[in-house]
Amino acid sequence: MTSRTSAETRPSKTGAPLIRMERVRKEFGRDIVAVSDMSLTIERGDFISFLGPSGCGKSTALRMIAGLLPITAGHIDIAPSQTDTEHDLGFVFQEPTLMPWATVFENVWLPLRLAGLSRTAASDRVRAALVEVGLSRFENAYPRELSGGMKMRVSIARGLVTRPRILLMDEPFAALDEMTRTKLNNDVIRLATEHDLTVIFVTHSVYEAVYLSNRIAVMAARPGRVVADLTVNAPWPRGEEYRVSPEFSAEAKRVSTILKGTLDDADIDH
Amino acid sequence: MTPTSTIDDSAQEAPPPVNMAALARARRQRILAWVLPVATIALAVGLWEFLVWYHEVPHYLIPAPSLIWSTLLAEGPSLMQSAWFTVRLTFFSLALAIIGGVVLGALFALSRPVEMSLFPFAVILQVTPIVAIAPLILIYVHNTFTALLICAWLVAFFPILSNTVVGLRSTDHNLRDLFSLYRATPWQRLRHLLSPSALPYFMAALKIAGGLSLIGAVVAEFVAGATGTNTGLASRIIESSFRNEIPKMFAALVLVSLMGVAIFLMTSLASKLVLGRWHESEIKRET
Ligand SMILES: Nc1ncnc2c1ncn2[C@@H]1O[C@H](COP(=O)(O)OP(=O)(O)OP(=O)(O)O)[C@@H](O)[C@H]1O
Ligand SMILES: [Mg+2]
Repeated sequence: MTSRTSAETRPSKTGAPLIRMERVRKEFGRDIVAVSDMSLTIERGDFISFLGPSGCGKSTALRMIAGLLPITAGHIDIAPSQTDTEHDLGFVFQEPTLMPWATVFENVWLPLRLAGLSRTAASDRVRAALVEVGLSRFENAYPRELSGGMKMRVSIARGLVTRPRILLMDEPFAALDEMTRTKLNNDVIRLATEHDLTVIFVTHSVYEAVYLSNRIAVMAARPGRVVADLTVNAPWPRGEEYRVSPEFSAEAKRVSTILKGTLDDADIDH
Repeated sequence: MTPTSTIDDSAQEAPPPVNMAALARARRQRILAWVLPVATIALAVGLWEFLVWYHEVPHYLIPAPSLIWSTLLAEGPSLMQSAWFTVRLTFFSLALAIIGGVVLGALFALSRPVEMSLFPFAVILQVTPIVAIAPLILIYVHNTFTALLICAWLVAFFPILSNTVVGLRSTDHNLRDLFSLYRATPWQRLRHLLSPSALPYFMAALKIAGGLSLIGAVVAEFVAGATGTNTGLASRIIESSFRNEIPKMFAALVLVSLMGVAIFLMTSLASKLVLGRWHESEIKRET
């Protein structure tokens, strides 16, 4: 508990590999190589960002980790769970991806409902998840009655309701305004800390990647691959003080420089 | 120390006070939505009555509304019997169209090969005018009611089929992924994802099919030219036309129109009840 200040020693970070990707390749049809030779070991407690230009295979990689896409070659291992959570993985999409015909409560209930829990059996956990994202008063609202940021919170609550170990987020805040995005960034940090989550966060914002993560996997396109694996030198957990600190600017600048260098080397056209 | 928890403050605020003026305006709008159509119809009927009286139009050309009304009352029992026949025909055919369209639509959505092999038949049946097929059906099927039912069904079922297929196919692909992620069974997928996604498409088709089943029922009976006691409103119209009973023709016509309006109101209400809270097509915009 005393070592909470360093990125290298996030509380739950044990150094134990949780997700191991080895020479993963994904082809669509004959000609499109979306991901090529991607190797990456993600440790328990990591907050890793996939950072790269549009079309470099970030979503594809994430969907393969989630088991939503078959892998063409290579393999992905996820260490078996120690606890008895119903579901190991939470996934937050770029769009809120809510069912418009269902209330906020029913949307968050969905993962538990599919696992066979009745409304009453699930209600405590659904309500707890809604409290965590600050939407307890909106459980009977329909998605269309919520703002973009609130919809995203519902989506996050749904991702967390199964108490997963791993949370995969695919550019979750790309469509939001800067202020909402900042707030949600802080919420994600808080939730990741409280729930001991291992997070893979896809983004194409250097600032967001630096603010949130302790590791950044820089990806380049054609074919999609990891061209750099950076460690972010910053305290954990982070808050608004960090965002306005000179350290943050310096770190963002450092990552930008590396990013530009590696992408130039990778010789991509974007 | 934990990071500053920044819950969306706006999310926790009390809802803004209700705007009384806006509420009153909304109520006025709702009342107008009923009063205006009723008033225009009343006006049109009044004008009709006046013009017939003023120009002394003979009743075998255009009967006055008052005469149509008294004919309706006088011929009530026999017309009601015919109306009941047409109502039954319409609702049976609509029910069969719903069942057939949804079942076949689900099959199509589940399997491309089934769709590719059967869709041409559905299209051929749809594009061939019902008046052209009806005589054949009437020859092959001896029970008149069944023959008429098949004709009306043929007209009504296509929109339900095609909309069900489109509806089942237009589920959000991210939601599909979400259901895969949580290992939904095929049944759960159908129940919680496919059916609700297809519902707006289905309701739109229902509004069309409701009207079409009535048209099908009337047209088929016209073609059948059925006479006798156990027949529908179309037969009453043909009979009256032969006997030059124009007021009775109009009376039967009024009943057909009323049925059409009733079907329209019912399907619209159903759509409102089913989709009202969430689907754009049924949501009232606050202005
Ligand atoms: N289902 C698919 N079929 C064919 N090609 C695909 C498919 N999905 C992705 N691709 C291709 O794979 C490549 C990587 O796509 P991906 O969506 O993973 O990129 P991304 O890094 O997530 O981009 P963005 O930042 O725009 O979301 C792209 O060239 C894309 O065109
Ligand atoms: Mg993407």
